Amino acid sequence: MSDYQYILNGEKRVIACELSRRLLDVIRIDEGLTGTKEGCQEGECGACLVFIDDQIFNSCLVPMSNVIDKSVVTIESYAKTEEYQRIERAFLDAGAVQCGYCTPGMVMAVATLLRSGRTLDEETVRMGLSGNLCRCTGYQTIFEAVSSLTESGGQDG
Amino acid sequence: MKITDAVHRVDSAGKLRGETKYIEDMHFDNLLYAKTLRSKVAKGRIIRIEYPELPKMIFIVSAEDIPVNNEVAMIEREMPIFANEQICYLGEPIALIVGEDKDAVLSYMSKIKIEYAEEEAECDLLLAAKKPDQLITERAYEKGNLSEIEFDEKFTETFETTYQEQLYMEKQGVVGTVEEDVVTVYGSLQCPYYVLNALKHAMGMDEKNLRVIQTPTGGAFGGKEEYPSLLACQVAAAAYKLKRPVRLVFDRREDIAFTTKRHPSKTVITSYIKNKKVIGMDFDMMLDAGSYLGLSDVVMQRAIFTMTGAYQFENLKIRGRTIRTNNVFTGAFRGFGAPQSMYGLELHMSHLAKRLGEDPLSFRRKHYVRQGDLTATNGRFNEEIYLDRLTDLLENMSGYHEKVSKKSSLTGYGVSVVPHGGGFTGDGEAVHIKAVVKLKKEVDGMVTILVSNVEMGQGAITTLTKIVATVLEIDMDGVQYQNPDTFFVPDSGPTVASRTTMVVGALLAKAAAKLKDRMNEPGEVMITEHFKQPDYVKWNAETNQGNAYMAYSWSVLLVRVEVDPISYEVKCTDIWGAYDVGVPIDEKLLIGQIQGGMVQGLGYAIMENMTSKDGGIEQIAFSSYPIPTTMDVPKMHADWILNPYSDGPFGAKSVGELTLVGVAPAVASAIEDAMNIVTFEIPVTPEVIERSLE
Repeated sequence: MSDYQYILNGEKRVIACELSRRLLDVIRIDEGLTGTKEGCQEGECGACLVFIDDQIFNSCLVPMSNVIDKSVVTIESYAKTEEYQRIERAFLDAGAVQCGYCTPGMVMAVATLLRSGRTLDEETVRMGLSGNLCRCTGYQTIFEAVSSLTESGGQDG
Repeated sequence: MKITDAVHRVDSAGKLRGETKYIEDMHFDNLLYAKTLRSKVAKGRIIRIEYPELPKMIFIVSAEDIPVNNEVAMIEREMPIFANEQICYLGEPIALIVGEDKDAVLSYMSKIKIEYAEEEAECDLLLAAKKPDQLITERAYEKGNLSEIEFDEKFTETFETTYQEQLYMEKQGVVGTVEEDVVTVYGSLQCPYYVLNALKHAMGMDEKNLRVIQTPTGGAFGGKEEYPSLLACQVAAAAYKLKRPVRLVFDRREDIAFTTKRHPSKTVITSYIKNKKVIGMDFDMMLDAGSYLGLSDVVMQRAIFTMTGAYQFENLKIRGRTIRTNNVFTGAFRGFGAPQSMYGLELHMSHLAKRLGEDPLSFRRKHYVRQGDLTATNGRFNEEIYLDRLTDLLENMSGYHEKVSKKSSLTGYGVSVVPHGGGFTGDGEAVHIKAVVKLKKEVDGMVTILVSNVEMGQGAITTLTKIVATVLEIDMDGVQYQNPDTFFVPDSGPTVASRTTMVVGALLAKAAAKLKDRMNEPGEVMITEHFKQPDYVKWNAETNQGNAYMAYSWSVLLVRVEVDPISYEVKCTDIWGAYDVGVPIDEKLLIGQIQGGMVQGLGYAIMENMTSKDGGIEQIAFSSYPIPTTMDVPKMHADWILNPYSDGPFGAKSVGELTLVGVAPAVASAIEDAMNIVTFEIPVTPEVIERSLE
């Protein structure tokens, strides 16, 4: 019996697996939350981004030992927020989704940019999304989506 | 609303929320995990395989488990599903190791011992090309009479390109299941009926007992055209043997190392000049086909049949060859041979312009083809061609003349002008594909699209839905797309060759026009439409003569780069593109294809340096094979003309591949302009620049 706990999408979970198990495998396989994708398996592509205590991490590189007593949020839970709704609208309007495999991770990175409080000029957006690879869009529509969010101050309208 | 007006894509919301289930996300009861046992040598014979005693719930599936033919039926049937005795490339599949627990499978695999009688592998394209035995296919044709023309000078250059990996974000993946007497393969794939045909040959069953279901596909770019047929046969055999679902999803490194990629090529071009015009060209190209032919001969056809690009050259001598090596086998990738041939031709044209002291666009304009001209293969350009207008558009939107006249040092500009033919080569659509589409009005009035063309990110569902809804004059909500499942959809052909909108969309538009008159009928109404070859398409596959394509789309590009004087690092700051794709079905989808193609082409031009040593790909991770990130992408400026094509839906021609094809030569030319060098290979890395300066 393990005494380790963490919070997944707002619910308390007991860590029943080995502490070296990847967070990504726990999320996808053990919990069946498949919105978080595995792209490169080595922290280069950003498809597996989740929030851990409100910071983004590539969950393919995070062992369960690193989330003890922490709060993990995946796209499934984040997609229920109002902030997400604004991002979704912006991505739809900009046509920023193609094959969709990088998209949930990209959404998490955009959320982090919005929350950073920084002025989202072009260079900041490029830097903020530089850990998220997309092979379809050429990124420009994604920049436009983020830009439309900042123009409306991250608010609707 | 005009057909070109942008709409929200119908598949985006589920993808954004993480709700879309890709093959690795799907749940199957009693699912078994599979991992591929691969050869460790590039060429040789298997002497003996020592399989340790099988633990409970570990299974081996190999050649002897293929019910009928241990061959992947593509164009040829030379590639085994599992290696028999002979090994032809490093990583060739020998068996699937299958089990309930991934760790147990991997542990068992690590104990398997294979003894090989290793043979000398042929891993060098240029050496292999000198050996007659290594030649797989050769095609040659001529136009005019090159040997007898009078010319002022001739000018020869040799161009080389290396591998490019598709690097779709979702890795290769398939699941095989058996229910009663039906074997089903689910998979991330472009061509459900290619897979079905391969399964029929391997399993010895017909389409009543074999079923292929395409799952949401996280990018493909050609990488999921022919390759999934191999994997589908493997998991079908495994599921059939074990009577349980079996899932095979590659690891990323496995995917990069062993799946098909863009062909390395070498092209020798000699142009014959008279009065500062090209009057003849000799074009000789070879492609590294790898260990099996696969689609390589078809790739080579596309490369050489349009090798004259946007130009009218009266006298031609053309040869293309596919060469067998023991390298990883190469295949389909967006552009399908054209990125290699157009890289060579377009950079050569820029070199010629410089040599003759002319502006690269003005020099090209002197050679532009016009409607009614003979193509390289002695067909006729059927449709209206507006290359001068397109070039004017590019010059105006970019401020071309002012920019190039005022350029500062270490910045450079390069151009390209390329066509891309829509649909299959020659009479392929009529002879090989014979597309059938169906449109069904359901009892409740909903209209269902039944085609085998898949959504892989390009926007096919939205495009086809929009075409049908617009013809029917109903909301897009009134049209649904049946996910490709060979039990329900007819064979409208593969999702390749930039054909989905132009060819399949046109058939759906015709079907919708027929359905429109019958929408008020009670009950179900089914409309079936068959492809009919336009009268102007005439093709002789024996002589390689006639109309190589039904219609061409065109791009004119300008690229601006800045080069760091110390590190020789290239920063591409801007790409301007002017396009003729007929009439775009949706401006936003067009822009998505343009920008995605530009960036993938930019990767090909300067970043994506993939090499092979002793038959093994040397860059097999994202960290060693860099693709463009947000930090690398230039400002992209695109505009287009409307030039309706009579046989396309609402006048649409092809888009998807064109947008990549012209990028690399324009980028290479811009780097040459910045550094005052001449280059003959891509990617133009800092090392290539340094070598060129010496």
